[in-house]
Amino acid sequence: MTLIARDVRRGYAGGGAGLVCGFFLLAVVLFPFAIGPDRAVLARVGAGAIWVAALLAALLPVERLVAPDMESGWLDQIRVHGLSLPLVMALRIVAHWVAFAPPLMLAALVAGGLFGLDRAAIGRVEAALLLGTPGLAALAVATGALTAGLRGAGGLAGLLLLPLALPLLIFGAGGGDLGALKLLASVSLLLVAGAPWIAAAAIRSVRD
Amino acid sequence: MILRLSDVACARGGRLLFARLSLSLSAGDAAVVTGPNGIGKSSLLRLAAGLIAPFEGTVERSPRLALMTEDIALDPERRLGEALTFWARLNGSADARVAEALATVGLAELAEVPVRLLSTGQRRRAALARAVASRAPLWLLDEPGSGLDAEGVVMLERVIAEHRAGGGAVLLTTHQPLAVPGAQMLALDGLVPA
Repeated sequence: MTLIARDVRRGYAGGGAGLVCGFFLLAVVLFPFAIGPDRAVLARVGAGAIWVAALLAALLPVERLVAPDMESGWLDQIRVHGLSLPLVMALRIVAHWVAFAPPLMLAALVAGGLFGLDRAAIGRVEAALLLGTPGLAALAVATGALTAGLRGAGGLAGLLLLPLALPLLIFGAGGGDLGALKLLASVSLLLVAGAPWIAAAAIRSVRD
Repeated sequence: MILRLSDVACARGGRLLFARLSLSLSAGDAAVVTGPNGIGKSSLLRLAAGLIAPFEGTVERSPRLALMTEDIALDPERRLGEALTFWARLNGSADARVAEALATVGLAELAEVPVRLLSTGQRRRAALARAVASRAPLWLLDEPGSGLDAEGVVMLERVIAEHRAGGGAVLLTTHQPLAVPGAQMLALDGLVPA
């Protein structure tokens, strides 16, 4: 709990969560400008647009998820204290999800309204975000670890994260039927299970 | 035995830094490692801490240890007392130990100051306070006197002496003269330590 509380506090510190939500809403607002004000078209593309905006917003905190702790020696101290890196990375995924997903889901309610989605459609988007954001948080932490300490880490993070997040996008924006949600949950679970090990291995490869 | 290195070799980035290094520290012991920059002093401490694996040889250590490096690993936005309490809680130490440790290193009055506002010397003292609060038997100190003023160096020597008197052991690297009575001197000056 000490570790999760610390990471959640850092997630919200400096307006981190607010920045993600602000970016998400701004990205969502751009879509009607690009594709026109036709309500039927907006309602049809709404779920997809919300997911694209969510993926782009998920990129924002990636550089702050692992790199500062690697540079400050915090992760070395964690290892000296006998804590396992995969466990610490798993807790970081939980903390990142707590700091990032609930505000994003609240912002998605607003975004759904902007696209003129009905209640049922907004419900499907929220269900998909609930199932998909853990996978997105896991991807963000793994990407943060893989790019920590590299020059141009921000751009590289985008190149890594966005393709890997495609299954989440496809099944998350896939209309919200039960089959798509099951596949979304499976992909999310796979990412949550694998990301701590990938992140830990990436950190060791840099620090060892 | 608190730390034992047996015929250890260390390689970093494909380069052999040192080989056939043996060292044993028991309760009350200390070893001072000296040598030019890049010879492997910090790597020796990381190896002793278990952060890197030896290229050859074996390392046995106490499961509880404290590592002090130039990276202080304290969250810059948090108050000093809170930042140290985080680590104390991970150690299972009582929060009260943090206040004692801060007093020991002369930072008691700065407990409420954010870490980012501390000077270089105060940061070094804060890192030392984490070791003091940990009550770990083995201290690994990388250039602990760096950035400290004369009074700080005297404090450091006193804290090390108290730790040893309490049954702890210390392995430290330094470029500056430090009074560590009875310490083993280890000069890294090439592949085989002198």
